[in-house]
This record gives sequence, structure tokens and C-alpha cells, in this order.
Amino acid sequence: MSNDALQALIGSWFPEPEADKLQCSTEGSQYLTISLDPAYLSGLMERLKSSPETQFDYLFCLTGVDWGKELGVVYHLESTTHRHILVVKVQTADREEPCFDSVSHLWPTANFHEREVFDFFGIRFRNHPNLKKLFLTDEWEGYPLRKDYTDEVNMIVK
Amino acid sequence: METATIAPPIKSEEYFINMGPQHPATHGVLRLLLTLDGEIIKKVEPDLGYIHRSIEKMCERNSYQQIIHLTDRLDYLSSHINNEAVCLAVEAALGVEVPERVKVVRTILDELIRISSHCLWWGVMGMDLGALTSYFYAFRDREMINDIFEETCGARLTMNYNVPGGLMHDIHPNFVARTREFLAHFKTKLPEYDRLLTDNVIFQKRTKGVGVLSRQDAIAFGASGPVGRASGYSCDVRVHHPYSALPKVTFKEALRTEGDSFARYQVRIQEMWESVAIIEQLIDAIPEGPHQVATDAVIKLPKGEFYQKVETARGELGVFIISTGTKNPYRLKFRSPGFSNLSLLNHIAVGGKIGDLVATMATLDLVIPDIDR
Repeated sequence: MSNDALQALIGSWFPEPEADKLQCSTEGSQYLTISLDPAYLSGLMERLKSSPETQFDYLFCLTGVDWGKELGVVYHLESTTHRHILVVKVQTADREEPCFDSVSHLWPTANFHEREVFDFFGIRFRNHPNLKKLFLTDEWEGYPLRKDYTDEVNMIVK
Repeated sequence: METATIAPPIKSEEYFINMGPQHPATHGVLRLLLTLDGEIIKKVEPDLGYIHRSIEKMCERNSYQQIIHLTDRLDYLSSHINNEAVCLAVEAALGVEVPERVKVVRTILDELIRISSHCLWWGVMGMDLGALTSYFYAFRDREMINDIFEETCGARLTMNYNVPGGLMHDIHPNFVARTREFLAHFKTKLPEYDRLLTDNVIFQKRTKGVGVLSRQDAIAFGASGPVGRASGYSCDVRVHHPYSALPKVTFKEALRTEGDSFARYQVRIQEMWESVAIIEQLIDAIPEGPHQVATDAVIKLPKGEFYQKVETARGELGVFIISTGTKNPYRLKFRSPGFSNLSLLNHIAVGGKIGDLVATMATLDLVIPDIDR
């Protein structure tokens, strides 16, 4: 399915795009990128995976990002049947207790990827089966990949 | 005469055991927390981070040329391919078209290092199962590839031969002759690999039907590389998203359907043959021309997001760059094949014996610095 067709299809799933903060664009990226309100993430992901037209069965990348004010997660999806690629983005301004729905029940590979994001960004994932630190020790303070993280001993600031 | 004996009911209880971080079969500092019932595995839980260097954070403070040097230290057995991934991402973002010569040389070196990596895996796989000879066979042949790399790139493992816009310098005058010599040598040695290990009955009994991964689970767990292909999942980035000189060559994607340890083994053996075939198609016709196009000394990527996939010896490596238009990436993520392949270890090892875990792990071909980025 082409990017335009994908965009039209996904747009048709959301009758009120403004209320869902749905944005589709191909600007500044080689893939179609969709960003939306985190409340609708779980529903969208389920539909993207199960719909026969989309069949996004392969989550090949899951990235945590600190946008400065907001924290977010970027999902890269591919369909092994149709071979199309889609990027889904969510973000939240809550830096104290950021939380998104887990997608590990849809793609088991997300289990480890979400734990990595939890480690380095402190983003929690609702309904994750085993959300505990993967790389860092339990005593580790702070979230190293956040932009405001400081470590005077181990980080060299040029 | 009957003797009435009351046998106490046989009970077993679960216990924990640490495999690693210092364990020869984990090939690096990987710690696995095993829950066992006798010899049967109930749960495998990896504990990571023993050599985590936070390369992604370091990338945020370095220029794009500097980042290439860090990628060597991910999967150090596919270092040339890792370098290429960043270069391709930067070149695509800048809209730079590299000369044909560069594309061909990059692909030849990619396949050479894939053979080198698979050789090391093959040798170590035999050793994990108690067959020491394979190690010496593999290292003898791998040495020839290392020599080719040393001559052309100046380094045997961490090449840093790729730069944005091309290659750091032109290939060595001996490169073509040496590569041909290696191919002729290796084609006589690969059948020996089969005679020594593949056809060995003990080896087959230890790997057939062990650690079975279905095609559906391979996709769900994000498996890639030989691990995915052994389950019948066509996931070769070289086929689906070809880069460099790959559109010019023909080769057969190594696919098996059994999904067990032996299938993963066979896929890698077949891949070595295919890599030889790819190099043979290119080595006699390396186009003349420049080895580099000039880029700015300070590379600034335009604002945006750039993703590049490549096929390393372990599977799909993804480089995801978020740029805000400065000389450093705002965020750079490496999607490493080993990380996803490790996440399915629990799934395929549970219910098996602890002895088989070593064989299963050997066929996943994990490289720990690739997982601990």
C-alpha cells in the first residue's frame, strides 16, 4: 500500500482527527509518520496489526526520545506481507510520571525494547508483563538518555 | 513374598543458577538467570548492561564522522557493515550519490566480513559442543580475510574504512588478487566444514529439533538474519531493501523451514556460499573512478528523521537519526539484531535441557557489545 493510501485509510479510522490530535505527514522522513494522542495508541496499534489491508506484523524499532519538554516513543512498523512501512509517534509533557500503553501483547519484541526505554528515559508502559530494569542496576538514579541528565564523573562535556 | 515398601513420592523443586557473566559459552559478559527443575529449563532471564557504554548518548555529542568510529564497537564482527549503515544514512540525508566504485568495494567488503564473521561463529559453535578442531579450521581461513582487510583498510577488526561520501582511501593494489586467492582457497575448504561438523552424527543429534522457533514467533519477536531465515521467514535486508551494489548482483536468500538449531546452522553455511557468489560477481569488474566524493568538513544533516537498514552478519541493523539541523544528531538509535534475537531465547529454550541451551545460544550467534550498546 502506498503512503497516500495508508494515510487515507488510517485517516478514515479517526472520524475526528482534531480531537485525537492525529497528524499524518511524510515531511522530513522517508516513511509516513503518524502522531496521535497516547490515549488512542493501543486501539490504533491493534487495528494496524490485525487489519487485512495493513497487517503490520513486524515492529522493527522502538525508540525513546526526549524532545526537551516532552518525552516520546517512536514505533517503526513493517508488514511482512505487504512490505510497507509506517512510523507511529506518541509524546507526553508529563516528565514526572510519563506513561504509555504497552504494545508487548501485540509484538513480543516490544517487551525488551520497552524495558530499555524504561531504563534510559523513565517512561513507564501500562500492562507491561515485566517492567523492570534491563541494563542499569536497580539503584541507578536518573535516566541517562534524557537531555537533562547529568553525571559529573562519567560524562565529558565539551 | 511381598515386601511392602512405601516409597516417598519423588518431588523436585525449582532452583536458580547464574550462567555468566563470566561463562565461556556466552561469548562475552552476558548473564543469564536460569530457573531450573533438575535439568529442565523453566525460565531464562537475561541480565544485561555489563559492557554497556551508552554509545547512543555519546553519538549525541559527536560529529557524524566521529560516530562511524563508535559503530565498530557495536557488533565488532560486522564492523565494516556497521560503518556503512551510518554512512548510508548520512549520504541519503545529504542527497549524496557515491561513485559506482565505492558501492562495489563496499559490497565486496561487506560479504568478506560476513564470511569472516560466519567463520568465527562456525569455529566457536563446534567448540561450544566440544569439537575443538573446527575452531582451528575456521581461524585459518578467517586469517586470510583479516589480512585483506589489514592491507586495504589498515585494521583487522575495527576498519573505519567507510566515510560519508565514499571510502577513506582507495583499495590496495593487491586487493583484487588477494580476494580471488581467498575465494579459490575457501571454496575448497567449505566442503571440509561439512565433512567435519555438518555431517557429524553427534553434532546433528545435538542440534536437530532443538530450540525450535516458528515462523510466526520469529516475526513477532523481531528475529532477523539467519535466526529468522531458518524459520522460513524471508527477512534479508539485502533482498527487500538492497543498498550499495546489491541491486546489481543475484544471489539466493538462504531459507530453511525447520526453525531448529540445525536449520540456523545450515543457513549460515549456505550464506557463506552465497557471499562467495556475490563477491565473484563483483571482483572482476570493480569500476574505475574516484573512491570518494567530497563532503563538507563539518557535516550538518537537514532537519528530519532518517532511517537506514542494513544486513549485518547477525541480522537487521537499523540506524535511526533524528536531526535538528546541527552537526550532531539530536537522537541516534541503533536497532541491533542481537538485542531482538536475545529476547526470544527464553521462548525457545524453556522446556529444553540446560545442555541444549549452549547449542541454542551458539546458533543465535550473539555478540554482546551489539546488545549492550
